[in-house]
Amino acid sequence: MSEVVLEVKGVSKRFGGLQALSDVGIRIERGQVYGLIGPNGAGKTTFFNVITGLYTPDAGSFQLGGQPYKPTAVHEVARQGIARTFQNIRLFPEMTALENVMVGRHVRTHSGLVGALFRTAKFKAEEADIAARAHELLDYVGIRRLAEYKSRTLSYGDQRRLEIARALATEPKLIALDEPAAGMNATEKVVLRELIDRIRKDGRTILLIEHDVKLVMGLCDRLTVLDYGRQIAEGTPGEVQRNEKVIEAYLGAGHKTH
Amino acid sequence: MKNKFAVFLVCAVALVALPLFVQQFGQGWVRILATALLYTLLALGLNIIVGYAGLLDLGYVAFYAVGAYMYALLASPHLTETFPWIAAMFPKGLHMPIWVVVPLGAGLAALAGVLLGTPVLKLRGDYLAIVTLGFGEIIRVFMNNLEHPVNITNGPRGLDRIDPFTIFGVNFGKPLVVGGFSIASVTLYYWLFLALVVGSVVLCHRLELSRIGRAWMAIREDEIAAKAMGINTRNMKLLAFGMGATFGGVSGSMFAAFQGFVSPESFSLMESIMIVAMVVLGGMGYLPGVILGALLLSALPEVLRYVAGPLQHLTDGRLDASILRQLLIALAMIVIMLLRPRGLMPPPEHGKAAPSPATAK
Amino acid sequence: MDYFLELFFGGLTRGSIYALIALGYTMVYGIIGLINFAHGEVLMIGALVSWTFTTAMAGSGMPGWVLLLLSVPLAVLVCCALNFSIEKIAYRPLRSAPRLSPLITAIGMSLLLQTLAMIIWKPNPKPFPTLLPPDPIDLGGPVITITQCLILGLTVVILSALMWLVNRTKLGRAMRATAENPRVAGLMGVKPDFVISATFVIGAALAAVAGIMWAANYGTVQHTMGFLPGLKAFTAAVLGGIGNLAGAVVGALVLGLVEALGAGYLGELTGGVFGSHYADVFAFATLILVLTLRPQGLLGERVADRA
Repeated sequence: MSEVVLEVKGVSKRFGGLQALSDVGIRIERGQVYGLIGPNGAGKTTFFNVITGLYTPDAGSFQLGGQPYKPTAVHEVARQGIARTFQNIRLFPEMTALENVMVGRHVRTHSGLVGALFRTAKFKAEEADIAARAHELLDYVGIRRLAEYKSRTLSYGDQRRLEIARALATEPKLIALDEPAAGMNATEKVVLRELIDRIRKDGRTILLIEHDVKLVMGLCDRLTVLDYGRQIAEGTPGEVQRNEKVIEAYLGAGHKTH
Repeated sequence: MKNKFAVFLVCAVALVALPLFVQQFGQGWVRILATALLYTLLALGLNIIVGYAGLLDLGYVAFYAVGAYMYALLASPHLTETFPWIAAMFPKGLHMPIWVVVPLGAGLAALAGVLLGTPVLKLRGDYLAIVTLGFGEIIRVFMNNLEHPVNITNGPRGLDRIDPFTIFGVNFGKPLVVGGFSIASVTLYYWLFLALVVGSVVLCHRLELSRIGRAWMAIREDEIAAKAMGINTRNMKLLAFGMGATFGGVSGSMFAAFQGFVSPESFSLMESIMIVAMVVLGGMGYLPGVILGALLLSALPEVLRYVAGPLQHLTDGRLDASILRQLLIALAMIVIMLLRPRGLMPPPEHGKAAPSPATAK
Repeated sequence: MDYFLELFFGGLTRGSIYALIALGYTMVYGIIGLINFAHGEVLMIGALVSWTFTTAMAGSGMPGWVLLLLSVPLAVLVCCALNFSIEKIAYRPLRSAPRLSPLITAIGMSLLLQTLAMIIWKPNPKPFPTLLPPDPIDLGGPVITITQCLILGLTVVILSALMWLVNRTKLGRAMRATAENPRVAGLMGVKPDFVISATFVIGAALAAVAGIMWAANYGTVQHTMGFLPGLKAFTAAVLGGIGNLAGAVVGALVLGLVEALGAGYLGELTGGVFGSHYADVFAFATLILVLTLRPQGLLGERVADRA
């Protein structure tokens, strides 16, 4: 039995008259790519926002890396070990690619005002380490040569990779990708898939919300299917693909699986 | 490298020697230079709040006022003349040394910044603008009216007879005679302000290239993404507010000593707006830009005042120098923004990056 | 009681004028997210145009109320043209610029208009002619003037007209759609440029009327007169929840009353320590307090951080 990274049980969330989530639970093990799929409005984003602290759930319990985890303040979530990317890419546009990743190191570094103003030896060492790690990560996602460019000048695919590098810089226990393939063309998707694969092989755990069924089925070890805020299936891609409810709700009636 | 150092040295010598050269044309010109440096100091401070952290503060002058009044109260006869018990405590008069007053003024301004920031920094950006603006007005109302029932600020008449600085035995209020060569009082202040500006530039530059500076810029660029990266945005914003306020407080005490006189008039909303304009027109968040903006907006109109005399005659007195100055500033704000929305001297760019080849690595 | 009623109606009048100005701020903010700093100056120009007209025609023998009435369309026309041009020249080119850039041009515009007004109309304060009978109406005590009655009445009429415009007409729908999401509104066939121009023009008309009201009620006009009402009106808009029309009105009335009652009773309540000079402190302190307790303003909607 391998180590559980994130365990969520019984999450419910109501917005006014709409039950956005009812009793949803997932269990992600170390080194897995865990998929979260469902048609539009199924509650994927709500669930994602609950895990990352943006919404407070009405009910539910959480464990992260064996510790009780309470996603309250958004900035605490990164500290506790969940890093995320955004569906519509949110980089720091006027900062360079390198600086973007360096910001990701914020939560794992400590130097304060005094260190910065007096350039203490400890400060300098930490800065050098931050820069080195950031370069490494840029290299890791394959955009080292773009380090000095402002992130807004990067191409779409490169921005996506930069965002992933920035998330990795926080040394997350779990990295949550919100529709990373959205808006990508076929070649970019191939590159993205290779990258996610590599991140997994390096022992990291990934939560993937995705629209692109092919990508999810190809990448994920396990996945959950949401529909109208309910969890209609959970299992390996193969199991899910054979699930009648899923075929009906998600792929549409009459759709043949292969 | 050697070349760079030589250029630096020449610039430094030129900046230090500038007033000695300029004072031949009249001390008024040195005064303009010193004032421009003072504004630069203010602009550098506001740049931390607006330029780095992206928080629009329209009441920055309030911190300036706090520093100025702090110094004015503790280094002028006003309090001892008004309150006998203070006079009894300080029989020789209240002449606090700057080593006490300036840090006190800076500290008080920082405290004001944090106190103001605590309730309002969680507000949306534009709400912050109006609240800080309101705060600036509140401070001004207090300066104008705190003469009843006890006379603290002396109302609209302001406080005068403020001690000039005395640093290491050198009285800045009198010309310094060195070997038969007389250095004017304004020149001494010019040097002091120059030193402060240089020091501040170094500090700001260091902040910019630090974990804190990056966190500020991240907040400026995208607050939600910054939070998601684990940055405690509220604390970081408070820090920016406090730092900026400290700069304002120090500048204020400099101003009080330099003028020898403070009154609420010097701390109007227009001043706040001018400082914001300096930062934005020059190039937000980029030190050379901010300095350029400050020097341009503070010195240019003053220079105009000297050359605009004949204009008044031409226009039947409708267009005197101060009106012309306002007109030019207004036009500059509009035209520069329209032509260069990122400011006169925005941070340099590497250009547009070509997309990476399709395969990773 | 008379004293209270006098203050109350004074505050209500002031609040009504704030409301007309605040609507201009809030509509513009709602649609393009800009604090139109020059809005107070539009009001000032309106008042000065009306002053020029009424003093120039003073010898014509027309009764005061006719003059005042005639000056309204004139001022409205001038202000609408002015605000239309301001938007076109100073804001439109900067729509995709960094957020602070249009704000700086707005501040520059405000300064420019003030300076131009000072050049055209000279800097001295000018008495606005008394065009309506100044005697208070006796309602068991002299508590309200005809001018105040007119201001209150007119405000109600204008607000109803505006509500009708926004909620019942095609233009109003287009405005609300653009405020909600300009891109989608554009896709639906709404022309954002037209809607934005219309918003500025409507705001200017309201400001012009407010400027004349202000001048008639307080009796002087000057190139600096737009600043304080503009500032207060913006405060009112934020107080009510910016972008929200009803909020702007509520915020303005609250602010007007707080100011009037605060100024009237502050001295008494604090044993003379704080006089009516502190009315502005009162207004801003209210703002800070309300925003601390309700960051979205009195009637504003809670804006959730969206990922």
